[in-house]
Amino acid sequence: MDRAAVDDRIRSLIEPFNKKGAPIEDAATFAGDLEFDSLTVMDFVAAIEDEFDIIISMNQQAEIENYGNLVDAVHKLIAE
Amino acid sequence: MTEGISQAERPQVLEEKTGDLFNKFDAVIHTRQTLLDGGVEDPFGLVMEKVLSPTRAICNGRDTILLGTYNYMGMTFDPDVIAAGKRALDEFGSGTTGSRVLNGTYAGHRDVERALREFYAMDHAMVFSTGYQANLGIISTIAGKGDYIVLDIDSHASIWDGCALGNAEVVPFKHNDIEAMDKRLGRIPEGAGKLVILEGVYSMLGDIAPLKEMIAVAKRHGAMVLVDEAHSMGFIGPNGRGVAEDQGVLDQVDLVIGTFSKSVGTVGGFCVSNHPKFEILRLVCRPYVFTASLPPSVVATAATSIRKLMHSGAKRAHLWENSKRLHGGLKALGFTLGTEVPQSAIVAVIMPDLERGAMMWEALLKEGLYVNLARPPATPAGMTLLRCSLCAEHSSEEVETILGMFERAGKAVGII
Repeated sequence: MDRAAVDDRIRSLIEPFNKKGAPIEDAATFAGDLEFDSLTVMDFVAAIEDEFDIIISMNQQAEIENYGNLVDAVHKLIAE
Repeated sequence: MTEGISQAERPQVLEEKTGDLFNKFDAVIHTRQTLLDGGVEDPFGLVMEKVLSPTRAICNGRDTILLGTYNYMGMTFDPDVIAAGKRALDEFGSGTTGSRVLNGTYAGHRDVERALREFYAMDHAMVFSTGYQANLGIISTIAGKGDYIVLDIDSHASIWDGCALGNAEVVPFKHNDIEAMDKRLGRIPEGAGKLVILEGVYSMLGDIAPLKEMIAVAKRHGAMVLVDEAHSMGFIGPNGRGVAEDQGVLDQVDLVIGTFSKSVGTVGGFCVSNHPKFEILRLVCRPYVFTASLPPSVVATAATSIRKLMHSGAKRAHLWENSKRLHGGLKALGFTLGTEVPQSAIVAVIMPDLERGAMMWEALLKEGLYVNLARPPATPAGMTLLRCSLCAEHSSEEVETILGMFERAGKAVGII
Protein backbone atom coordinates (compact mmCIF):
# COMPACT_ATOMS: atom_id res chain seq x y z
CA MET A 1 0.00 0.00 0.00
CA ASP A 2 1.46 3.40 -0.93
CA ARG A 3 1.48 6.46 1.29
CA ALA A 4 -1.48 8.06 -0.51
CA ALA A 5 -3.65 4.98 0.08
CA VAL A 6 -2.70 4.95 3.78
CA ASP A 7 -3.53 8.65 3.96
CA ASP A 8 -6.95 7.99 2.40
CA ARG A 9 -7.87 5.30 4.87
CA ILE A 10 -6.68 7.26 7.92
CA ARG A 11 -8.53 10.33 6.62
CA SER A 12 -11.81 8.41 6.66
CA LEU A 13 -11.04 6.93 10.08
CA ILE A 14 -10.32 10.31 11.64
CA GLU A 15 -13.67 11.83 10.66
CA PRO A 16 -15.78 10.72 13.67
CA PHE A 17 -12.98 11.88 16.00
CA ASN A 18 -12.56 15.28 14.36
CA LYS A 19 -15.55 16.83 16.13
CA LYS A 20 -14.23 20.34 15.54
CA GLY A 21 -14.09 19.72 11.82
CA ALA A 22 -10.53 21.03 11.75
CA PRO A 23 -8.74 20.83 8.38
CA ILE A 24 -6.68 17.63 8.13
CA GLU A 25 -3.27 18.64 6.85
CA ASP A 26 0.08 16.97 7.34
CA ALA A 27 1.12 19.72 9.76
CA ALA A 28 -2.08 19.45 11.89
CA THR A 29 -1.13 18.52 15.45
CA PHE A 30 -3.35 16.16 17.43
CA ALA A 31 -3.17 17.91 20.80
CA GLY A 32 -3.18 21.43 19.38
CA ASP A 33 -5.00 21.79 16.05
CA LEU A 34 -7.34 18.80 16.42
CA GLU A 35 -7.80 19.21 20.20
CA PHE A 36 -7.65 15.46 20.85
CA ASP A 37 -7.61 14.63 24.56
CA SER A 38 -5.91 11.48 25.83
CA LEU A 39 -9.11 9.40 25.60
CA THR A 40 -9.75 10.45 22.02
CA VAL A 41 -6.15 9.61 21.17
CA MET A 42 -6.59 6.13 22.66
CA ASP A 43 -9.79 5.42 20.73
CA PHE A 44 -8.36 6.85 17.52
CA VAL A 45 -5.15 4.84 17.82
CA ALA A 46 -7.20 1.70 18.51
CA ALA A 47 -9.27 2.35 15.36
CA ILE A 48 -6.11 2.66 13.25
CA GLU A 49 -4.55 -0.42 14.83
CA ASP A 50 -7.67 -2.46 14.04
CA GLU A 51 -7.92 -1.11 10.49
CA PHE A 52 -4.32 -1.96 9.57
CA ASP A 53 -3.82 -4.85 12.01
CA ILE A 54 -0.76 -3.21 13.54
CA ILE A 55 0.49 -2.08 16.95
CA ILE A 56 1.38 1.57 17.49
CA SER A 57 3.08 1.38 20.88
CA MET A 58 3.19 4.31 23.30
CA ASN A 59 6.88 4.57 22.48
CA GLN A 60 6.03 5.07 18.80
CA GLN A 61 3.11 7.41 19.61
CA ALA A 62 5.53 9.69 21.46
CA GLU A 63 7.25 10.38 18.12
CA ILE A 64 3.99 11.25 16.34
CA GLU A 65 3.02 14.87 16.74
CA ASN A 66 1.07 15.69 13.64
CA TYR A 67 -1.08 14.02 11.01
CA GLY A 68 1.81 13.68 8.53
CA ASN A 69 3.93 11.87 11.15
CA LEU A 70 1.07 9.44 11.73
CA VAL A 71 0.62 8.59 8.06
CA ASP A 72 4.39 8.08 7.73
CA ALA A 73 4.50 5.86 10.81
CA VAL A 74 1.58 3.67 9.68
CA HIS A 75 2.98 3.46 6.16
CA LYS A 76 6.28 2.27 7.60
CA LEU A 77 4.63 -0.19 9.99
CA ILE A 78 2.59 -1.97 7.32
CA ALA A 79 5.66 -2.17 5.07
CA GLU A 80 7.56 -4.06 7.78
CA MET B 1 -6.90 28.09 61.62
CA THR B 2 -8.63 26.96 58.48
CA GLU B 3 -7.90 30.22 56.71
CA GLY B 4 -4.31 30.03 57.86
CA ILE B 5 -3.83 26.65 56.24
CA SER B 6 -5.37 27.70 52.95
CA GLN B 7 -3.36 30.95 52.83
CA ALA B 8 -0.06 29.29 53.54
CA GLU B 9 -0.61 26.74 50.81
CA ARG B 10 -1.87 29.22 48.26
CA PRO B 11 0.55 29.67 45.39
CA GLN B 12 1.37 33.26 44.53
CA VAL B 13 0.97 34.55 41.02
CA LEU B 14 4.45 35.40 39.86
CA GLU B 15 5.61 37.21 36.81
CA GLU B 16 6.61 34.95 33.99
CA LYS B 17 10.30 34.82 33.14
CA THR B 18 11.49 33.20 29.94
CA GLY B 19 13.61 30.16 30.57
CA ASP B 20 11.93 29.48 33.95
CA LEU B 21 11.52 25.70 34.00
CA PHE B 22 8.47 26.14 36.24
CA ASN B 23 6.47 27.86 33.46
CA LYS B 24 5.20 24.46 32.34
CA PHE B 25 3.13 24.25 35.53
CA ASP B 26 1.24 27.50 34.87
CA ALA B 27 -1.95 25.75 33.76
CA VAL B 28 -2.07 23.70 36.98
CA ILE B 29 -1.26 26.77 39.08
CA HIS B 30 -4.10 28.62 37.36
CA THR B 31 -6.67 25.81 37.91
CA ARG B 32 -5.73 25.60 41.57
CA GLN B 33 -5.86 29.36 42.03
CA THR B 34 -9.30 29.57 40.46
CA LEU B 35 -10.56 26.82 42.74
CA LEU B 36 -9.20 28.48 45.88
CA ASP B 37 -10.40 31.95 44.81
CA GLY B 38 -13.90 30.48 44.82
CA GLY B 39 -13.44 30.30 48.59
CA VAL B 40 -13.34 26.54 49.14
CA GLU B 41 -10.98 24.88 51.57
CA ASP B 42 -7.98 23.46 49.76
CA PRO B 43 -8.92 19.82 49.01
CA PHE B 44 -5.24 18.95 48.58
CA GLY B 45 -3.96 20.66 51.70
CA LEU B 46 -5.87 18.90 54.45
CA VAL B 47 -4.04 18.34 57.73
CA MET B 48 -5.01 15.69 60.27
CA GLU B 49 -4.01 17.24 63.57
CA LYS B 50 -4.95 14.21 65.61
CA VAL B 51 -5.88 10.67 64.61
CA LEU B 52 -8.32 9.14 67.06
CA SER B 53 -8.87 5.73 65.45
CA PRO B 54 -8.81 4.10 61.98
CA THR B 55 -12.10 5.87 61.26
CA ARG B 56 -11.87 9.20 63.14
CA ALA B 57 -9.52 12.17 63.16
CA ILE B 58 -9.38 15.89 63.91
CA CYS B 59 -9.06 17.45 60.43
CA ASN B 60 -8.56 21.21 60.02
CA GLY B 61 -9.80 21.56 63.60
CA ARG B 62 -12.94 19.38 63.21
CA ASP B 63 -13.87 15.95 64.55
CA THR B 64 -14.18 14.01 61.31
CA ILE B 65 -15.25 10.55 60.16
CA LEU B 66 -12.64 9.21 57.77
CA LEU B 67 -14.12 7.80 54.57
CA GLY B 68 -11.17 8.48 52.34
CA THR B 69 -8.30 6.37 53.64
CA TYR B 70 -7.06 3.01 52.42
CA ASN B 71 -7.21 1.63 55.92
CA TYR B 72 -9.67 -1.02 54.70
CA MET B 73 -9.13 -3.49 57.52
CA GLY B 74 -8.55 -0.91 60.26
CA MET B 75 -5.20 -2.35 61.33
CA THR B 76 -3.44 0.95 62.11
CA PHE B 77 -4.41 0.94 65.80
CA ASP B 78 -4.47 -2.82 66.35
CA PRO B 79 -2.83 -3.37 69.78
CA ASP B 80 -0.72 -6.34 68.62
CA VAL B 81 0.50 -4.38 65.60
CA ILE B 82 1.44 -1.37 67.72
CA ALA B 83 3.19 -3.55 70.30
CA ALA B 84 5.26 -5.28 67.59
CA GLY B 85 6.33 -1.89 66.22
CA LYS B 86 7.34 -0.56 69.64
CA ARG B 87 9.31 -3.70 70.41
CA ALA B 88 11.18 -3.47 67.10
CA LEU B 89 11.97 0.22 67.70
CA ASP B 90 13.49 -0.68 71.08
CA GLU B 91 15.39 -3.71 69.86
CA PHE B 92 16.48 -2.69 66.35
CA GLY B 93 16.45 1.11 66.37
CA SER B 94 14.71 3.71 64.25
CA GLY B 95 16.09 2.84 60.81
CA THR B 96 18.43 0.62 58.84
CA THR B 97 20.37 3.34 56.97
CA GLY B 98 21.08 0.95 54.13
CA SER B 99 20.03 -1.07 51.13
CA ARG B 100 18.45 -4.50 51.41
CA VAL B 101 21.47 -5.98 49.61
CA LEU B 102 24.03 -4.37 51.92
CA ASN B 103 23.38 -3.57 55.58
CA GLY B 104 19.61 -3.12 55.34
CA THR B 105 18.26 -6.64 55.78
CA TYR B 106 17.37 -7.28 59.43
CA ALA B 107 15.61 -10.29 60.91
CA GLY B 108 12.35 -8.33 60.58
CA HIS B 109 12.71 -7.93 56.81
CA ARG B 110 13.15 -11.68 56.45
CA ASP B 111 10.19 -12.25 58.76
CA VAL B 112 7.80 -10.00 56.87
CA GLU B 113 8.73 -11.79 53.64
CA ARG B 114 8.00 -15.09 55.42
CA ALA B 115 4.62 -13.66 56.51
CA LEU B 116 3.83 -12.78 52.89
CA ARG B 117 4.76 -16.26 51.67
CA GLU B 118 2.42 -17.70 54.31
CA PHE B 119 -0.35 -15.25 53.44
CA TYR B 120 -0.25 -16.01 49.69
CA ALA B 121 0.97 -19.62 49.98
CA MET B 122 3.67 -18.76 47.42
CA ASP B 123 7.36 -19.58 47.17
CA HIS B 124 8.91 -16.12 47.00
CA ALA B 125 8.32 -12.67 48.43
CA MET B 126 10.33 -9.50 47.96
CA VAL B 127 9.65 -6.36 50.00
CA PHE B 128 10.20 -2.86 48.63
CA SER B 129 10.18 0.44 50.49
CA THR B 130 6.85 1.48 48.94
CA GLY B 131 4.17 -0.04 46.70
CA TYR B 132 5.08 2.53 44.05
CA GLN B 133 8.64 1.21 44.03
CA ALA B 134 7.44 -2.39 43.81
CA ASN B 135 5.69 -1.65 40.50
CA LEU B 136 8.50 0.61 39.33
CA GLY B 137 11.11 -2.02 40.11
CA ILE B 138 9.46 -5.21 38.95
CA ILE B 139 8.02 -3.85 35.70
CA SER B 140 11.10 -1.92 34.58
CA THR B 141 13.38 -4.85 35.40
CA ILE B 142 11.56 -7.81 33.87
CA ALA B 143 10.28 -6.13 30.69
CA GLY B 144 13.34 -5.00 28.72
CA LYS B 145 14.23 -3.82 25.23
CA GLY B 146 12.30 -5.74 22.57
CA ASP B 147 9.71 -7.03 25.06
CA TYR B 148 6.08 -5.89 24.99
CA ILE B 149 3.97 -4.69 27.91
CA VAL B 150 0.23 -4.92 27.30
CA LEU B 151 -1.68 -3.04 29.99
CA ASP B 152 -5.06 -1.58 30.89
CA ILE B 153 -5.32 2.14 30.05
CA ASP B 154 -6.63 2.88 33.57
CA SER B 155 -3.52 1.47 35.26
CA HIS B 156 -2.12 3.20 38.33
CA ALA B 157 0.60 5.84 37.93
CA SER B 158 3.21 3.51 39.46
CA ILE B 159 2.55 0.98 36.68
CA TRP B 160 2.91 3.63 33.96
CA ASP B 161 6.08 4.90 35.61
CA GLY B 162 7.44 1.35 35.74
CA CYS B 163 6.81 1.14 31.98
CA ALA B 164 8.48 4.52 31.44
CA LEU B 165 11.55 3.53 33.44
CA GLY B 166 12.10 0.39 31.36
CA ASN B 167 12.78 -0.04 27.67
CA ALA B 168 9.91 -2.30 26.60
CA GLU B 169 7.30 -1.41 23.98
CA VAL B 170 4.20 -0.24 25.85
CA VAL B 171 0.79 -1.14 24.41
CA PRO B 172 -2.33 -0.02 26.31
CA PHE B 173 -5.85 -1.32 25.75
CA LYS B 174 -9.28 0.00 26.68
CA HIS B 175 -10.24 -0.52 30.31
CA ASN B 176 -11.29 -4.11 31.10
CA ASP B 177 -11.78 -4.80 27.36
CA ILE B 178 -10.91 -8.47 26.86
CA GLU B 179 -11.21 -8.36 23.07
CA ALA B 180 -9.01 -5.26 22.76
CA MET B 181 -6.37 -6.98 24.90
CA ASP B 182 -6.64 -10.18 22.86
CA LYS B 183 -6.17 -8.31 19.56
CA ARG B 184 -3.10 -6.45 20.76
CA LEU B 185 -1.46 -9.59 22.09
CA GLY B 186 -2.12 -11.26 18.75
CA ARG B 187 -0.26 -8.52 16.86
CA ILE B 188 2.97 -8.75 18.84
CA PRO B 189 5.86 -10.04 16.70
CA GLU B 190 6.62 -13.70 17.15
CA GLY B 191 9.28 -14.50 19.70
CA ALA B 192 8.99 -11.21 21.60
CA GLY B 193 8.58 -11.39 25.39
CA LYS B 194 5.11 -10.38 26.60
CA LEU B 195 3.98 -9.04 29.96
CA VAL B 196 0.30 -8.39 30.64
CA ILE B 197 -0.35 -5.99 33.54
CA LEU B 198 -3.75 -5.92 35.23
CA GLU B 199 -5.16 -4.69 38.52
CA GLY B 200 -7.57 -6.57 40.75
CA VAL B 201 -9.46 -3.46 41.84
CA TYR B 202 -9.15 -0.20 39.90
CA SER B 203 -9.00 2.39 42.62
CA MET B 204 -10.67 5.34 40.94
CA LEU B 205 -14.09 3.81 40.29
CA GLY B 206 -13.67 0.82 42.62
CA ASP B 207 -14.47 -1.68 39.86
CA ILE B 208 -12.79 -5.06 39.52
CA ALA B 209 -11.22 -6.75 36.49
CA PRO B 210 -12.55 -9.92 34.83
CA LEU B 211 -9.24 -11.55 35.70
CA LYS B 212 -10.37 -15.10 34.97
CA GLU B 213 -11.15 -14.32 31.34
CA MET B 214 -8.27 -11.89 30.84
CA ILE B 215 -5.64 -14.19 32.31
CA ALA B 216 -6.88 -17.07 30.14
CA VAL B 217 -6.41 -14.86 27.05
CA ALA B 218 -2.96 -13.73 28.21
CA LYS B 219 -1.86 -17.33 28.78
CA ARG B 220 -3.19 -18.40 25.38
CA HIS B 221 -0.81 -15.85 23.85
CA GLY B 222 2.07 -17.09 25.99
CA ALA B 223 2.30 -13.88 28.04
CA MET B 224 3.43 -13.58 31.63
CA VAL B 225 0.88 -11.95 33.92
CA LEU B 226 1.39 -9.36 36.65
CA VAL B 227 -1.60 -8.41 38.80
CA ASP B 228 -1.57 -5.44 41.16
CA GLU B 229 -3.79 -6.36 44.11
CA ALA B 230 -3.09 -3.22 46.16
CA HIS B 231 -6.77 -2.43 46.79
CA SER B 232 -8.00 -5.98 47.29
CA MET B 233 -5.40 -7.54 49.59
CA GLY B 234 -6.79 -8.37 53.00
CA PHE B 235 -10.39 -7.91 51.91
CA ILE B 236 -11.33 -9.68 48.65
CA GLY B 237 -11.06 -13.45 48.25
CA PRO B 238 -11.71 -16.23 50.79
CA ASN B 239 -8.25 -15.67 52.35
CA GLY B 240 -8.00 -12.00 51.46
CA ARG B 241 -5.44 -12.70 48.75
CA GLY B 242 -7.26 -10.55 46.23
CA VAL B 243 -9.45 -10.63 43.14
CA ALA B 244 -7.37 -13.35 41.44
CA GLU B 245 -7.98 -15.63 44.42
CA ASP B 246 -11.67 -14.73 44.42
CA GLN B 247 -11.97 -15.70 40.75
CA GLY B 248 -9.95 -18.89 41.28
CA VAL B 249 -7.00 -17.94 39.07
CA LEU B 250 -4.28 -16.94 41.53
CA ASP B 251 -2.20 -19.95 40.46
CA GLN B 252 -2.15 -18.52 36.90
CA VAL B 253 -0.65 -15.19 38.01
CA ASP B 254 3.13 -15.00 37.60
CA LEU B 255 3.65 -11.93 39.78
CA VAL B 256 1.38 -10.35 42.39
CA ILE B 257 2.17 -6.78 43.42
CA GLY B 258 0.85 -5.42 46.69
CA THR B 259 1.34 -2.78 49.32
CA PHE B 260 1.53 -2.42 53.09
CA SER B 261 -0.05 1.03 52.92
CA LYS B 262 -3.64 -0.12 52.54
CA SER B 263 -5.15 -3.09 54.42
CA VAL B 264 -1.84 -3.87 56.14
CA GLY B 265 -1.86 -0.38 57.65
CA THR B 266 1.73 0.83 57.38
CA VAL B 267 3.97 1.53 54.38
CA GLY B 268 5.96 -0.64 51.99
CA GLY B 269 5.43 -2.66 48.83
CA PHE B 270 5.95 -6.22 47.75
CA CYS B 271 5.95 -8.76 44.98
CA VAL B 272 5.11 -12.44 45.53
CA SER B 273 5.68 -15.16 42.96
CA ASN B 274 6.26 -18.84 42.35
CA HIS B 275 8.75 -18.20 39.56
CA PRO B 276 11.80 -20.42 40.11
CA LYS B 277 14.25 -17.64 39.17
CA PHE B 278 12.48 -14.95 41.20
CA GLU B 279 15.22 -14.40 43.81
CA ILE B 280 17.67 -13.02 41.22
CA LEU B 281 15.54 -9.86 41.09
CA ARG B 282 17.11 -8.84 44.41
CA LEU B 283 20.38 -8.22 42.58
CA VAL B 284 19.14 -6.70 39.32
CA CYS B 285 16.18 -4.55 40.35
CA ARG B 286 17.41 -1.01 40.81
CA PRO B 287 14.48 0.46 42.81
CA TYR B 288 15.09 -2.43 45.26
CA VAL B 289 18.88 -2.11 45.42
CA PHE B 290 19.45 1.64 45.36
CA THR B 291 17.29 2.76 48.25
CA ALA B 292 17.23 2.27 52.01
CA SER B 293 15.17 -0.60 53.37
CA LEU B 294 12.10 -0.09 55.52
CA PRO B 295 12.60 0.79 59.22
CA PRO B 296 12.48 -2.21 61.61
CA SER B 297 9.30 -0.93 63.28
CA VAL B 298 7.53 -0.80 59.91
CA VAL B 299 8.38 -4.37 58.90
CA ALA B 300 7.44 -5.61 62.39
CA THR B 301 4.02 -3.94 62.26
CA ALA B 302 3.52 -5.23 58.69
CA ALA B 303 4.38 -8.84 59.59
CA THR B 304 2.04 -8.81 62.60
CA SER B 305 -0.75 -7.22 60.60
CA ILE B 306 -0.38 -9.64 57.65
CA ARG B 307 -0.58 -12.66 59.95
CA LYS B 308 -3.70 -11.26 61.64
CA LEU B 309 -5.28 -10.58 58.23
CA MET B 310 -5.06 -14.31 57.47
CA HIS B 311 -7.76 -14.89 60.08
CA SER B 312 -10.00 -11.88 59.54
CA GLY B 313 -13.03 -13.47 57.90
CA ALA B 314 -15.50 -11.71 60.22
CA LYS B 315 -13.97 -8.30 59.49
CA ARG B 316 -14.08 -9.00 55.75
CA ALA B 317 -17.79 -9.86 56.04
CA HIS B 318 -18.53 -6.64 57.95
CA LEU B 319 -16.61 -4.56 55.41
CA TRP B 320 -18.71 -6.08 52.59
CA GLU B 321 -21.86 -5.15 54.54
CA ASN B 322 -20.61 -1.58 54.89
CA SER B 323 -19.77 -1.34 51.20
CA LYS B 324 -23.16 -2.68 50.16
CA ARG B 325 -25.06 -0.39 52.54
CA LEU B 326 -23.16 2.75 51.50
CA HIS B 327 -23.46 1.94 47.80
CA GLY B 328 -27.17 1.16 48.05
CA GLY B 329 -27.87 4.18 50.25
CA LEU B 330 -26.06 6.67 48.01
CA LYS B 331 -27.75 5.27 44.94
CA ALA B 332 -31.17 5.59 46.61
CA LEU B 333 -30.36 9.23 47.44
CA GLY B 334 -29.88 9.86 43.73
CA PHE B 335 -26.09 10.08 43.45
CA THR B 336 -24.34 8.78 40.33
CA LEU B 337 -21.86 6.06 41.29
CA GLY B 338 -18.82 4.59 39.57
CA THR B 339 -20.21 1.05 39.54
CA GLU B 340 -23.72 -0.38 39.17
CA VAL B 341 -23.15 -2.73 42.11
CA PRO B 342 -20.55 -2.57 44.89
CA GLN B 343 -17.45 -4.49 43.78
CA SER B 344 -14.87 -3.45 46.39
CA ALA B 345 -14.44 -1.27 49.48
CA ILE B 346 -14.34 1.80 47.22
CA VAL B 347 -17.55 3.61 46.31
CA ALA B 348 -16.92 6.42 43.83
CA VAL B 349 -19.48 9.23 43.62
CA ILE B 350 -19.30 10.98 40.25
CA MET B 351 -19.45 14.77 40.40
CA PRO B 352 -20.74 16.92 37.53
CA ASP B 353 -17.50 18.99 37.43
CA LEU B 354 -14.45 19.97 39.48
CA GLU B 355 -16.08 23.13 40.84
CA ARG B 356 -19.14 21.37 42.26
CA GLY B 357 -16.99 18.44 43.29
CA ALA B 358 -14.86 20.77 45.40
CA MET B 359 -18.00 22.42 46.84
CA MET B 360 -19.44 19.05 47.75
CA TRP B 361 -16.12 17.95 49.23
CA GLU B 362 -16.04 21.04 51.41
CA ALA B 363 -19.69 20.69 52.44
CA LEU B 364 -18.98 17.11 53.55
CA LEU B 365 -15.88 18.21 55.46
CA LYS B 366 -17.98 20.79 57.30
CA GLU B 367 -20.48 18.04 58.10
CA GLY B 368 -17.55 16.15 59.62
CA LEU B 369 -16.79 13.67 56.82
CA TYR B 370 -13.55 13.25 54.92
CA VAL B 371 -13.62 11.68 51.45
CA ASN B 372 -11.04 11.85 48.61
CA LEU B 373 -11.56 14.42 45.92
CA ALA B 374 -10.10 12.78 42.83
CA ARG B 375 -9.71 14.64 39.56
CA PRO B 376 -7.85 14.35 36.27
CA PRO B 377 -5.22 13.16 35.48
CA ALA B 378 -5.68 10.55 38.24
CA THR B 379 -9.25 9.80 37.13
CA PRO B 380 -10.45 8.17 33.90
CA ALA B 381 -12.43 10.08 31.28
CA GLY B 382 -11.70 13.45 32.89
CA MET B 383 -14.09 12.72 35.74
CA THR B 384 -14.22 14.45 39.10
CA LEU B 385 -14.95 11.93 41.83
CA LEU B 386 -15.67 11.91 45.51
CA ARG B 387 -14.08 8.63 46.36
CA CYS B 388 -15.32 6.90 49.47
CA SER B 389 -13.29 4.04 50.86
CA LEU B 390 -14.79 2.05 53.69
CA CYS B 391 -13.12 0.48 56.68
CA ALA B 392 -13.99 -2.72 58.51
CA GLU B 393 -13.99 -0.57 61.67
CA HIS B 394 -16.80 1.69 60.45
CA SER B 395 -19.81 0.66 62.51
CA SER B 396 -23.16 0.13 60.82
CA GLU B 397 -24.41 3.25 62.67
CA GLU B 398 -21.50 5.26 61.28
CA VAL B 399 -22.48 4.27 57.74
CA GLU B 400 -26.01 5.59 58.41
CA THR B 401 -24.51 8.85 59.77
CA ILE B 402 -22.39 9.12 56.62
CA LEU B 403 -25.48 8.72 54.40
CA GLY B 404 -27.20 11.52 56.32
CA MET B 405 -24.19 13.78 55.75
CA PHE B 406 -24.21 13.02 52.03
CA GLU B 407 -27.91 13.79 51.81
CA ARG B 408 -27.59 17.20 53.48
CA ALA B 409 -24.41 18.18 51.60
CA GLY B 410 -25.77 16.95 48.26
CA LYS B 411 -28.95 18.99 48.66
CA ALA B 412 -27.06 22.09 49.83
CA VAL B 413 -24.76 21.98 46.80
CA GLY B 414 -27.61 21.05 44.45
CA ILE B 415 -26.23 17.77 43.23
CA ILE B 416 -29.24 15.68 44.30
